[in-house]
Amino acid sequence: MKVLQDILDSARPAVTTGKLKPLYPLYNALETMLFVPDHNASSGAHVRDAIDLKRTMITVIFALIPALIFGLYNSGYQHYRALGMLNDSIGWLQFFTLDNFIFGAIKVVPMIAVTYIAGLGVEIYFAYINKHAVNEGFLVSGLLIPMTMPIDMPLWMIAISTIFAVLIGKEVFGGTGMNILNPALTARAFAFFAYPSFMSGDKVWINTSVEANQNVVDGFSGATALGQYATTGSNNYSAWDAFLGIVPGSIGETSTLLILIGGIYLIATGIGSWKIMLSSLLGAIAISLIFNLVAPSMISPEQQGFLAIPFYFHLVFGSWAFSTVFMATDPVSASHTERGKWIYGFFIGFLGIMIRVFNPAYPEGMMLAIIFMNVMAPLIDHYVVDGNIKKRLKRLKANAQ
Amino acid sequence: MEKNKSKEALFSKKNRGLLKDPLNINNPITVQVLGICSALAITVKLKPAIVMSLSVIVVMALANVITSLMRNMIPNRIRIIVQLVVVATLVILVDQVLKAFVYDVSKQLSVFVGLIITNCIIMGRIEAFSLGNPPWKSFLDGVGNGVSYGLILIVVSFFRELLGNGTLYDYPVVEKLGLYELGYHNNGMMLLPPMALIVVALIIWWQRSKTPSLIEKD
Repeated sequence: MKVLQDILDSARPAVTTGKLKPLYPLYNALETMLFVPDHNASSGAHVRDAIDLKRTMITVIFALIPALIFGLYNSGYQHYRALGMLNDSIGWLQFFTLDNFIFGAIKVVPMIAVTYIAGLGVEIYFAYINKHAVNEGFLVSGLLIPMTMPIDMPLWMIAISTIFAVLIGKEVFGGTGMNILNPALTARAFAFFAYPSFMSGDKVWINTSVEANQNVVDGFSGATALGQYATTGSNNYSAWDAFLGIVPGSIGETSTLLILIGGIYLIATGIGSWKIMLSSLLGAIAISLIFNLVAPSMISPEQQGFLAIPFYFHLVFGSWAFSTVFMATDPVSASHTERGKWIYGFFIGFLGIMIRVFNPAYPEGMMLAIIFMNVMAPLIDHYVVDGNIKKRLKRLKANAQ
Repeated sequence: MEKNKSKEALFSKKNRGLLKDPLNINNPITVQVLGICSALAITVKLKPAIVMSLSVIVVMALANVITSLMRNMIPNRIRIIVQLVVVATLVILVDQVLKAFVYDVSKQLSVFVGLIITNCIIMGRIEAFSLGNPPWKSFLDGVGNGVSYGLILIVVSFFRELLGNGTLYDYPVVEKLGLYELGYHNNGMMLLPPMALIVVALIIWWQRSKTPSLIEKD
């Protein structure tokens, strides 16, 4: 620590007044990330809360870490299981092994690194052009983006998606706090539409690259549980597997249990809005129950099977949990009014499950539902505020008479 | 009044401005944001975009000249109908020519050649310019606007075809460069209509950062 401090202190004159002045935003970002700044506001600081942007972001990162670590184990586990190198009779007792973890880490750590380099590169460039300090807005997005990607996603595609998301999703609107869409989901949506063969189907969710003397086991299917439902109307995984997270899927989204823990942590610290999470849950349950009602009227058995699954399946399979806890609650792109949050969250759950069931091309509808509701959020807020004004005017009139 | 006009040289500064302004500070797509619909629809590949641009240039220049010649005869109340008849006639001519000589491209363009009639740029230029200006000026104005429309179309379709399809004018550029063997993949998003809007937006961004006079003061 002392060494770092010395380096930063010795560089200070150069970047504040000297030749390297253009690099000051970068220097400032590094310094405030590593150390507590040594300057205080001299007058009129309006601190109402100990929490600032940096604290908020770090809290979300903490909430994400359990699911991420689990994702590393799961990537390795799914890989070795597909190659038939695990003993099926003892099942997931072989889950938390060093092999699994190392395999996952080798795959995922470069993805995270590439995301941060690409995203922060764009952010620092814009900070330099606009002459403001780099802010912490990308910290969470940079971790969310790799967690929503399949394990075999080529790194350059992640980099391009990240650059697109930061540029078009955030910087053109004015940077952190101004964006209409959630940047992490913008990156995922871009990757999904740009490189569909890497983001959907049943080949991409498990790494099956074989070395010498290895073979993929017979009858192996790499489809996600939702993919199987959409095509056959049934699947091989139990709800319990999916709740724990031992199913194929994007890196971070499989374990509903750990996401739930992250969600509770977010609610307890007051970072994530419990209203959005709860109303998304209600929306998802509502549409699932409606589907259960109409299921018998469907002719094809596949559709019947998919419509008839109980609501808790929808909650544990696919990315409903991950999207609701970490994507929908993004404070910038979500609804800002308290009543608006209920409407916003409800429709995320409602539309997400609806797209998932109705459109076989998008077995994961949560991404599209959240992006759609991001766009609708200002409209919801407008009418909530409008309604409030009207209500108070009416009350004023009633009191005056 | 007529004398004044006849004294003016064919390519006086003012007339050159009619040709040049639409290219930058008065561009129909990036500044006036007109004609966006066709920019979405036919910019997936270069070839249809080029054919479309040529058709629009021809229609716009001739429509401008014809309405300008008739400008003192057209009763004000029915001017839109007259303009539509002129443009529609030209569009049908262009459509027939395309069908006769470049049938495959004409099929790709399908309904969009017919929809040149409703292209906001053409109606806009006739209403705003040729109804009040002599034929030569109207011709220059039509060509200028047509070319600048075509320029944007071609730039957008260049990026969309190169990044989305890996080809340029149906020539497999990316394959010849051997990028596929290095693990490169075409960007499917580029072929979807939203990307045309985003590319147009990026062009607007670039143009505005280069041309300070376009930035509104707030």
